[in-house]
Formats: sequence, structure tokens, C-alpha cells
Amino acid sequence: MQFNAKVPDGPIADKWNTHRFNMKLVAPTNKRQFKVIVVGTGLAGASAAATMAEAGYQVTALTYHDSPRRAHSIAAQGGINAAKNYQNDGDSIHRLFYDTVKGGDYRSREANVYRLAEASVEIIDQCVAQGVPFAREYGGLLDNRSFGGVQVARTFYARGQTGQQLLLGAYQSMMRQVGLGTIDLHTQTEVLDVVVVDGRAVGVVARNLISGEVQSFSGHAVVLATGGYSNVFYLSTMAKKSNATAIWRAHKKGAAFANPCFTQIHPTCIPASDEFQSKLTLMSESLRNDGRIWVPKKSGDKRPANEIPEEERDYYLERIYPSFGNLVPRDVASRAAQRMMDQELGVGPLHNGVYLDFRDAIGRLGADTIESRYGNLFEMYERITDENPYQLPMRIYPAPHYTMGGLWVDYNLMTTVPGLYAIGEANFSDHGANRLGASALMQGLADGYFVLPYTIGDYLADYLNTEALATDHPAFADAEAGVAGDVERLLSINGTRSADWFHRELGKIMIEHCGMSRSAEGLEKALSEIPALRAEFESDLRVLGEEDSLNQSLENAGRVADYFELAELMCRDALDREESCGGHFRVEHQTEEGEAVRRDAEFAFVSAWEYGEEPTRHAEPLSFENVKLAQRSYK
Amino acid sequence: MRISLRVWRQKGPSSPGALAVYDVPDISPDMSFLEMLDIVNERLATDGEEPIAFDHDCREGICGSCGLMINGQAHGPQQGTATCQLHMRKFNDGDTIVVEPWRATAFPVIKDLVVDRSAFDAIVSAGGFISIATGSAPEANLIPVPYPAAESAMDAAACIGCGACVAACPNSAAQLFTSAKIAHLNLLPQGQPERWTRVETMVDTMEEFFGSCTNHGECEAACPKKISIDFIALMNRDYMLAKFKNRSLMGQR
Repeated sequence: MQFNAKVPDGPIADKWNTHRFNMKLVAPTNKRQFKVIVVGTGLAGASAAATMAEAGYQVTALTYHDSPRRAHSIAAQGGINAAKNYQNDGDSIHRLFYDTVKGGDYRSREANVYRLAEASVEIIDQCVAQGVPFAREYGGLLDNRSFGGVQVARTFYARGQTGQQLLLGAYQSMMRQVGLGTIDLHTQTEVLDVVVVDGRAVGVVARNLISGEVQSFSGHAVVLATGGYSNVFYLSTMAKKSNATAIWRAHKKGAAFANPCFTQIHPTCIPASDEFQSKLTLMSESLRNDGRIWVPKKSGDKRPANEIPEEERDYYLERIYPSFGNLVPRDVASRAAQRMMDQELGVGPLHNGVYLDFRDAIGRLGADTIESRYGNLFEMYERITDENPYQLPMRIYPAPHYTMGGLWVDYNLMTTVPGLYAIGEANFSDHGANRLGASALMQGLADGYFVLPYTIGDYLADYLNTEALATDHPAFADAEAGVAGDVERLLSINGTRSADWFHRELGKIMIEHCGMSRSAEGLEKALSEIPALRAEFESDLRVLGEEDSLNQSLENAGRVADYFELAELMCRDALDREESCGGHFRVEHQTEEGEAVRRDAEFAFVSAWEYGEEPTRHAEPLSFENVKLAQRSYK
Repeated sequence: MRISLRVWRQKGPSSPGALAVYDVPDISPDMSFLEMLDIVNERLATDGEEPIAFDHDCREGICGSCGLMINGQAHGPQQGTATCQLHMRKFNDGDTIVVEPWRATAFPVIKDLVVDRSAFDAIVSAGGFISIATGSAPEANLIPVPYPAAESAMDAAACIGCGACVAACPNSAAQLFTSAKIAHLNLLPQGQPERWTRVETMVDTMEEFFGSCTNHGECEAACPKKISIDFIALMNRDYMLAKFKNRSLMGQR
């Protein structure tokens, strides 16, 4: 398998511009010849579908939701980064680039990240023009706040609902094109296979979730914008339906999977309260602007938080990392919380949390100001925990959140299968081993609005005046039969346990051995437990209901089946990467204070896995010409 | 806790439905309502009965997927709360809880508690956008938006499109949903060029699917995002003004 990242030559600041000039174009009048299939309608998918349709391509958009607006991008709270330097605090494209590479612990591709930082500026312009109601100053101009891992305020936000507002902006642009007939939208349609003919992606096979009908869609190119795979852990901040099926099936059809072990544990989630918990709820990182994180100094301190005097509190992030304090990057904050837990300093009924305290901020700014900044988050916290965070500190705990890994893509966002693209969280490209806060929205929209719509033309131009393959081609029939066969198989196992039960068990293995800290021993254990559980799944699964009507248990079972395979690959990758970096922490590689130790000489590469009975790990070497490799320090 | 559930079961869009009764022991007050339904489904599956179909996804109150009529109230008894954020502590041990899908002609039942809300997408598609092709936007701070206008637009834009307003309305009207989108865009300077066409096309499309508003105000009470019915007044005002506006003079202040 060849890994040519196709990064253009030249100084980093000129690469994208030069590349845009060098790429082939499709003339405006020829764009309508081309059919592009976009799978997923989150920030990346909706923005790509809208932009390509505006340009003139015929777009087919597929989503398993009942409306494109339900995609999980909608739940992003805190904000979106952009190098506007409106706060006059020394920000620049280069600084955003630098912060992102450093925040990713030097495991991302420099050229992609630079382009992302460049696009960030245009994204804000685009979204404001669409009517995204960003927070504003009294003079009517845009407001900013600060996020973890940086020392400037470059985050644009719409209360605690930034993802919602950005997604609605992209969704509205998309629905405009649906109304104009340039996007053919299929909701309640779940993609279950990618069709590859002569080494090129030519379409997808999907199941209509209402009728159960298996349908083929053909196009000149296929774009996967299907998000991340944190639900492999069962309990995560993801939506219940978020899944890895589309990217996993693409992987099986030849798309390499990059850095599967790079997953992010978000430090500020509401701790689980009991075993029935179905998901974990995130509390935006923006809360760390004003909230202070602490634990009691004394283990087993049973007093209510308010009765613990100042000198008996350990504001451990401020103590260990004085220059970044509570705003250290997520991986650092999560591990620090874990260390407190290991020392049995956890708070709350299950001792599974640390305090995030707004007492001082309320004293300094008043409850009204805090309410205007975080009111909806405070309300959400109270609804879930029945505790009032204006009076008692919040209890928070790290939870699986974002997946930096994903399908391997080159500079053009094309996977190793020609004609198959991956954008947004579904690809691996920009965040290295750890994503900084407010950068996911930026990347999804950069890919969808400003990168893919250009780079896809370079591929399509070669297929001018060729028809998209007809869906009666045998390759489609084969794929349809495969999908129907899978459905049949799941329904006929007729065992005793639900897919959800297996998912929960798999999640326990993954969080224990492939979660916040990983060891060779634990990973090997996971690699023996997962296949055993999977064998049980294959023989003891029970899916009720029929295939030809809405059947949520069946949908779920198919997704869980794919998680088993992906989970194994994640563990293999984590075992293979004998270093600690970003969200990947191997206990064998740490400093005396418990900080991550990277091994650049051996591991400054992207792991790209090729599917097979025994997966093959390839490596795309990473070179750093514009950022000096250094031990990350937030002290 | 032990509760008695009466849940609407309906096999398909054209099948008849009925309320099924389930005895549900061993429920924790800290469970969310949907987690309680998860448990019921797990138990049903163990007994070989098909689980109850219900819509849900983010379980954080923002995606708008979930929506259940609980004891005749859209999203249940807690104000300003979507079903997924409602917790069992709001009920009492021994309660009987009736769970039904949204009831509205424009939202046909697909199965059990799942309804088809695609009429909302049709309304947005008719004009719920600002026509701005990617790449053509001016520098963001060239368009100052007065603070109160931005706040008010955000209040309206907070709508999650769940459909509770329609379900709560005795007329199955979608005025609150439609007006929230119109207000979000019409209150902003960026929305002015299409202000009058937007209100006309969106209202006209809404009326193809939904009933008429007779100012009951049930929608506001049911809304999990507390969207104000003031926006309906704003929509009606703009709709009427649109009928008189000479569009060729719109460039003038």
C-alpha cells in the first residue's frame, strides 16, 4: 500500500495557495455532469454538500437521521477557533498553526494544520454571513473567549450552543440547495457498504431504516463525513447513534485506517451515577475559563465542598501547571484528574469526580455574569444531578469524547481508495494525538466549506464526459447481497442477549485497557478478551423484530458488530505505539511526575493500517520543518 | 421506584395502535426517562417481545430527536426540558405514566413512538436560510450586529426542531417553530435582503402541512428551549408588512 501524502512543495505559508493553482479545475458548466455522494450531514458533510451543490455538482446526501439537523455536531458547546486576532493579543495564522501542532503533541501533518489555520479566518466570515448568532460585544462586533492549551482568546461562540448554531447554518445552506433541486437528500438511510470497482469508489449501498429496503447509490466520487468512533467505549459523550460503520466498511474495502488509538478523553463531563447510565454528558471546556478545579487535600474528606476551607483544597492544575492553570489541554487535565482519583481523592457519592468550582468567579463577577456566560450549562447540570452549581461546585470526570484517528487521507482529503474522501472527524489529519478545544468545529467546516470542494475537482476532472456507473452493475448487486446477508445473519442468530449488552461489555474492556492509560499487559489482555466476547456475540446475540420495518435493535446490532473489529485494531495500534503522546498514554513511557514521554526518533509517524486477516501497519513519516519538536510543557 | 407504564404500540404507519401496559419495578430516581425506557426494552427483549421504538440520539437536549407525550404533556412535566433530560425523580413511586407519540396530521406515526417530522425540513427549505454561497462572505466584523438584536436572534435560534410545539397545540400548528427560524434570520442585518420573501415562503409552506394558530400559547409552555411566542407576533407582523412592501425600495434606509 502506497502512502503519498501529496503535500505540495514550497514554504508552508504558500503551499495551499500554490496547490489551488496547480490543481485541475472543472468548468462551471461541466460540474453538473458529476454526481458526488456525501454520507453524513454534520458540520463537515452539510457544509461540503451545500458548497459543492452551490458550485454546480449534483450531490446526493445520505443520513440515518430523520433530518440532517440532528447530526451530533449539534451538541458541540464551547466554540470555534479562528486566527482573527480581534482581541489584539498577538494571535496569527502561524500561532494557531503552532498551537494546534503542539497541542496535538507533534503527531499531525504540518501542511494540513497550516491550511486549517488559514481557513479558520474564512469560516468565521462565512458563518456570520449565514446569520450564525455569535456572541457580540456592546459595540456590535464579535466577542471571543479562551480555550485550553492556548494563551490567546480566539474562540468564537454562540452561548453554550456553538455547534448547534454552526450546524444549523450549514444545514440551512444545504436545505436551500435541496429546495433548488441540486441536492438529492435521503434521510433515514444508513450506508452499509462502499462499492469499489477497478480500485475506484463508485458508490455506496444503504439500508432504508423505515422500509428495510437495501438501495444502491452511484456517483463519480464518495465523501464520508460520518464522524468519530468514541462509542466503541459504550459510555462516551457521543450521541447514541453515532457509529463507525461507514468508515469501518470503507476500511474493509481498502481505505487505510490511521492512528486508531488516538482517542480523546474529555476532562469535564458529568460523572456516571450508576450502572444503567446510557451516556455521559459533556460540560463545555469553556467552563474552565472561570471555574477552578480542585480536590480535598485529605483522602476520604466527607465534608460538603463548601465546608472545606481554602487551605485544605488542592487546586492541582494551578499548582502543577502555573502558566496555563485550569486551561491546560484536555489530555493533560484528564490525566491529572486520573492521578487524583488514583490517590483516592475523588469526590461525590461514588468518589468518581473532581470539583469544578465557580465560587470565586461568582464572587468576582456576580452570578448574573456567570449565568449569561454559562446559564444553559448550569441548568443542564442541575437537571441531571439535581445539584445547583451556583451554590455547590460541579463534579466532573473525564469521559471518552473525540477520536483524532480515522481514515487515512492525503493532502486532498482522499483516502487510499481513489475517489473516496473522508472529511471532518472521520479522517485523521489535523489533530495529531490530541485535539485542542474548539478545533473540531473549525476542522469540520474547513474540510467541508474550503478544502474538499476544491480538491475534489482535481480528481473529477479526469472523468469528464464519463457517466457514473449504473447501479445495475454486478458490483452493486454483490454489495447489496452482502448487506442483505449481514442483516439476515444478525436476525437469525437467535441467542439470548441484546446487542446493547455486548456493547456495554465491550466498552468495559476498552475503557479499562485502552482508555486513559494503557499498558502492554492490559492491551494484550484486551486483545484476548475482545475476540472471545465477539465469538459470544456471534453465537448468543438476539435481535427481535423484522428486517422490513423500522428496527432499532437491528441497526444497533450491525454497529456493535463493527465496534468489535475496530476495538481490536485500536488495541493493536496502542500496543504498537511504544510511546506516550497526547491522548495515548502508555504507562511504560512517563516521567517521574507522570507526564507523557514521546519517542520522536522511533514514532514520529502516522500509523496507517491496512485491513486483512492479520492487519498490516504502514507508516507515513512526519517531518517538522516549521515547528520545533519539544517536550510539551504547560508549566 | 415501581411505575406502571401505558405505552402506545403501533407496528407501522397504516396499522392500528393501542396502549400496552407494562409493570416496571426497580427503577432508580436518578435515571433519565429514556434510560428507564432502555431498561423496559431490555426486559421486553429478554421476554421475547419486540422493544418499543422511540427516537433519541444525543441525550443532551440539543439534537431534537426525542419527543414523547408523557401524561398528555409534550416532553413531560418539567418545564424547559426535553424528554432525554427528564429524570425519574420528577415522578412518584407507584405512578401510572402514559407515553404516546406526537399527535399531529403533519407528523404521521412511523412506528410506536416514532413520528415523521420531515414537514419541518420542508419549511426550512422554503426560505429558512440566508442565500450566501461559500466564499462570497465579507469580513465578519464589517457587519456589526447590535447586542440586543444578536441576543434576541440567538433566543429564537435556540429552537431544536423537536416538534413539541406542534404536539402541544390543539390545532397542530407550527407557528412557534416557523416563527423562531424567521425571527432568528429577520432580526439580523444579514437577513434583511430576503426578509419579506422569507416570511412569505415559509409561512405559505407551513400552511400546506399544519393547522392555524389561535393563540392558545400551549406551544411556549411545552417548548424545551422556552422559545417565546413573541416571535409569532413578529412573524405575523412581517408577513402582513410583506404584502405591502415595495421590494424595489428595499435598498433605502
